[in-house]
Amino acid sequence: MSHPTEQANPPAELPYAPPGFLRDAMRVARKDLLIEFRTRSAFIAAAVFALLSAAIFRFTWDPSAVSTLDLAPGVLWVIFAFSGILGLHRSFGIELADRALDALLASPMSRESVFAGKALANLAFIGCVQTLALPAVGLFFNLPSGKLWVGVAAASLLAAIGFVAIGTLFAAITANIRMAELMLPMLALPFFIPIIIPAAQATALLINGRPVSEAADYLKMLAGFDILFVTASTLVFPFTLEE
Amino acid sequence: MGRRVAGNRSGGYASPMLSEVALHAHELVRRFGGRTAVKNVSLALGAGECLALFGPNGAGKTTLLRMLGGQIKPNTGHVALHGHRLPGTAATRNLVGLISHHTMLYTALTALENVQFAAECHGMRNARAAAMFALERLGVSARADTAVRTLSRGLQQRVSIARALVHGPRLVLLDEPYTGLDETGARALTRALQELLGVGATLVLVTHHLSEGLALASRAAVMLEGQLVRVDEAPADGFDAGSYSALYRSLVVREVG
Repeated sequence: MSHPTEQANPPAELPYAPPGFLRDAMRVARKDLLIEFRTRSAFIAAAVFALLSAAIFRFTWDPSAVSTLDLAPGVLWVIFAFSGILGLHRSFGIELADRALDALLASPMSRESVFAGKALANLAFIGCVQTLALPAVGLFFNLPSGKLWVGVAAASLLAAIGFVAIGTLFAAITANIRMAELMLPMLALPFFIPIIIPAAQATALLINGRPVSEAADYLKMLAGFDILFVTASTLVFPFTLEE
Repeated sequence: MGRRVAGNRSGGYASPMLSEVALHAHELVRRFGGRTAVKNVSLALGAGECLALFGPNGAGKTTLLRMLGGQIKPNTGHVALHGHRLPGTAATRNLVGLISHHTMLYTALTALENVQFAAECHGMRNARAAAMFALERLGVSARADTAVRTLSRGLQQRVSIARALVHGPRLVLLDEPYTGLDETGARALTRALQELLGVGATLVLVTHHLSEGLALASRAAVMLEGQLVRVDEAPADGFDAGSYSALYRSLVVREVG
């Protein structure tokens, strides 16, 4: 029985046609999301964390001390940041369980496409958590409904792009070290600050009914940090997996 | 017992005269902190050759294997596969297959999904068909749609071997591949490796089990304290496991104490 790819002689030329960066990235993302869909381990943890956090903030909130509209943006971004970290940690945890990462890195796939695939899967994960947390916080804090949520969703998406770029990089850096669960937030959180501050400011303006134009500066700042973090993380990522 | 081809303490080549070198490692050195795990190892293997690498724990076998596959970079020296440096380009990496006691599988995915993903990573167009073929070859096609986490250790290892061989690699690096395999699985692995040797693939097999390693080997090497201390070429009728075992024990006792 001969294998379809077996050759009689060693190759003089290397018969390999690369599938392409985007296709490789989509393949890694699809695999990661399929694993998460099957196990639902990180999503359930993140969803429970998001709902519990919203409930705890709601029932410890003193309306006479701080208004809903001032408190809600902060609550929202605390939830996004910490529930997102749960997904980031899982991103490389599934690769290390039985050293699947070794086979992935030994394959012809570029490390940049592995990074892009991981980041895309993390973006989808955080998008799902945000889809759950936004209405939950809206309900718990009795926030106004309407078009303002389109702006909030746009700010959340912009923030999520930078968040997953830098978060995926740090998830790779901490994957092989002891106490990775502890080290990932400790190392990554300072880098999330340039994302979380403008995102929370933009969210506060939009929830308070201010026009999108007033939040534009914060949204531009987010877009700028997205470009910076995505570029830097893609360039640095290949070196994080060197032994 | 085969003749001793070359000692390697001085960095000499552990190789007979080969008309065509498939795998060429040149003076590899790898340090981890202050410890040198691999010291000035050179070797050359031809297409269709299998090198069985023996040695006690901590001898540097796995580090050498990982350098040969391009997984870790040597501090000095280089590795070339069919004239192309490793890790090198995607096309060069496409020629390598890895098998280890770690299965390198995703336990939440099915056997077929794992092998298909590996085939896709290697740019195979008919990835699903190739994955099914590889599973059939290892005798696990009946469990193709079973999640890997529910398979026994031996079946997981067979799926892992199918994953590593699905793209028809030209160099297969094996680190304790027989771990967890039952007799059927071990026979299926040996048969698959013999087929690969038959079509000109090169194998490097690290194992503590001398008889399994010698059954496939065209050459056998002993590694101690980061160096290849002995390389033997197989005689025409193959290695005699009994006498090689006695030789190995005497070397290890002499060197390690």
